[in-house]
Amino acid sequence: MVPLSRARQQVLPGFGLTLGLTLLYWSVLVFLPVAALVVQAAGIPWHQFVQTMAEPRVLAALGLSFGGSALAAGLDTIFGFWVAWVLVRYRFAGKRLLDALIDLPFALPTAVSGIALTSLYSRHGWVGQWLEPLGIEVAYSRLGVIMALMFIGLPFVVRTLQPALEALDPELEEAAACLGAGRWATLWRVILPTLGPALLTGFSLAFARAVGEYGTIVFISGNLPGKTEIAPLLIVVKLEQYDYAGAAAIAGVMLAAALLVLTIIHRLQSSYSFLRG
Amino acid sequence: MAAAMVSKSPTDTGLRATARCLTEPWPIRLALILGTVLFLGLFLVLPLAAVFTQALAKGWGVYWAALCQADTLSSIWLTLLTTAICVPLGTLFGLTAAWCLGKFDFRGRKLLLAMLDLPLSVSPVVVGLMFVLVLGRHGWLGGWLESHGIKVIFAVPGVVLVTLFVTAPYVARELIPLMQAQGTEAEEAALVLGANGWQTFWQVTLPQVKWGLLYGIILCNARAMGEFGAVSVVSGHIRGKTNTMPLQVEILYNEYDFVGAFAVASVLAGLALITLVLKTILESKAARQIALAQARGQKMTETGTPEQASVVYGDPTSAPMRKRIVLSGDRIHEH
Repeated sequence: MVPLSRARQQVLPGFGLTLGLTLLYWSVLVFLPVAALVVQAAGIPWHQFVQTMAEPRVLAALGLSFGGSALAAGLDTIFGFWVAWVLVRYRFAGKRLLDALIDLPFALPTAVSGIALTSLYSRHGWVGQWLEPLGIEVAYSRLGVIMALMFIGLPFVVRTLQPALEALDPELEEAAACLGAGRWATLWRVILPTLGPALLTGFSLAFARAVGEYGTIVFISGNLPGKTEIAPLLIVVKLEQYDYAGAAAIAGVMLAAALLVLTIIHRLQSSYSFLRG
Repeated sequence: MAAAMVSKSPTDTGLRATARCLTEPWPIRLALILGTVLFLGLFLVLPLAAVFTQALAKGWGVYWAALCQADTLSSIWLTLLTTAICVPLGTLFGLTAAWCLGKFDFRGRKLLLAMLDLPLSVSPVVVGLMFVLVLGRHGWLGGWLESHGIKVIFAVPGVVLVTLFVTAPYVARELIPLMQAQGTEAEEAALVLGANGWQTFWQVTLPQVKWGLLYGIILCNARAMGEFGAVSVVSGHIRGKTNTMPLQVEILYNEYDFVGAFAVASVLAGLALITLVLKTILESKAARQIALAQARGQKMTETGTPEQASVVYGDPTSAPMRKRIVLSGDRIHEH
């Protein structure tokens, strides 16, 4: 960052005005609602909170949301590395198109990707009809939930890995080659360890996105309580039953998890951009 | 081999030998490329194709009729209205936030920067719940609103408010790293030459950040049109009144009106494709702007830029981040 001495800052006008407007807008629009949730969740008596969390249905939903997101983010990291590698390292016809397509899950409204994936993987869908004879059921199953979570998380991994791969110093690989390492050894012992923080960041971003996802999943999961129901959906269910305390308890857990992941990502990114800088 | 070539094409034989050690044998390269194409085709292109095929399954006439249903038209209208409110407000907020956070340094700045990403990391459903807790019947302001006859939750204002929440950070996130990288020299020069604050902003600052600004607006617009989870919680799903296009997709789909659902979805998918095209164009322009600014800044101050990364995580589809990190030492490369 360009260091700004306080004396020089005085020259530019508008600091007080813009900071005031920013804080006002942010307080009314963001802090107030967040505070409402925190207060509501903190106001729940401890035993009631534990009781809500210990319901089998809640446990199953949280388990699927966090476990499924971790699995999907892990798979995204593997496939995302592959895709990022091909897009950064090789040159081929149609590469720019492919590169632009990566952002599709991010640009497509979640409801649209939800119904599109469901129609593809349902029994009569383009893909589903081939999987059904094999006994693989994707739509309305946990597999479908994980597929959909992978779909929305992929761009986050690829877009984190691309700049990191581009910035990788070729001298590292040259040195490895000179010392007699094959490509496979170089990949495992030089490239992947160097990309470690970027891989972790990509994983965390995909995970964070997947945990909160709602639109894509409600269509493909079939929403069976205790089986394919995800935590955000359970919040909606609790709200519809006017169980505000229950909804706030689950939402509080998810908010805390989101803040935790946010902090981890923050740490990771400042650590590896520091190393690179 | 023709399809798969290494990006480096050294002329010297010695160099070529080194290059061979630095990449994979061609069958592996070809397999990796084909694998990627196949994977992305199956995973990304097929769902997109399914949307348009299903929408047109019964021909253009049915497609058009599905779009012209009264409820669908009013959902399109509500989406346009929401977007028309949220995008300008998000842009204004982005500009004010970027001015104070990008051009000034003050205590608490880092905390504010971190907080800026909050709306993107909270689950949309949780966002909706938060607004219900503030403005719903039993919420903090619910009683007051009710006694004044103002309906927010399960009405249009609620839809607009949650959309404002989820779209708030996009423009700011694009502008802050850009403004920070550009520093304040140009503005100071303008002021010294006698321009006033507004003139400086309009004629010096804004032209420097225009591509980043547009990029942020595109992302903000896409999210405003497509938001589902948060809107779903607060809208109440009143047909023809509080349904946005994504909600209309859900309702039609659940009523087994697949052509109708996919027709609305195809409009949204078309908008997403336009977004992708604009994004790709703006990305390189915004990256060039930031790279130029950084190159200039580095030359002037000889400081690195590790601290800036703190602004741009949360959504790596952010253009400045993608290309900015590539800027290392004195080289600027783009791919």
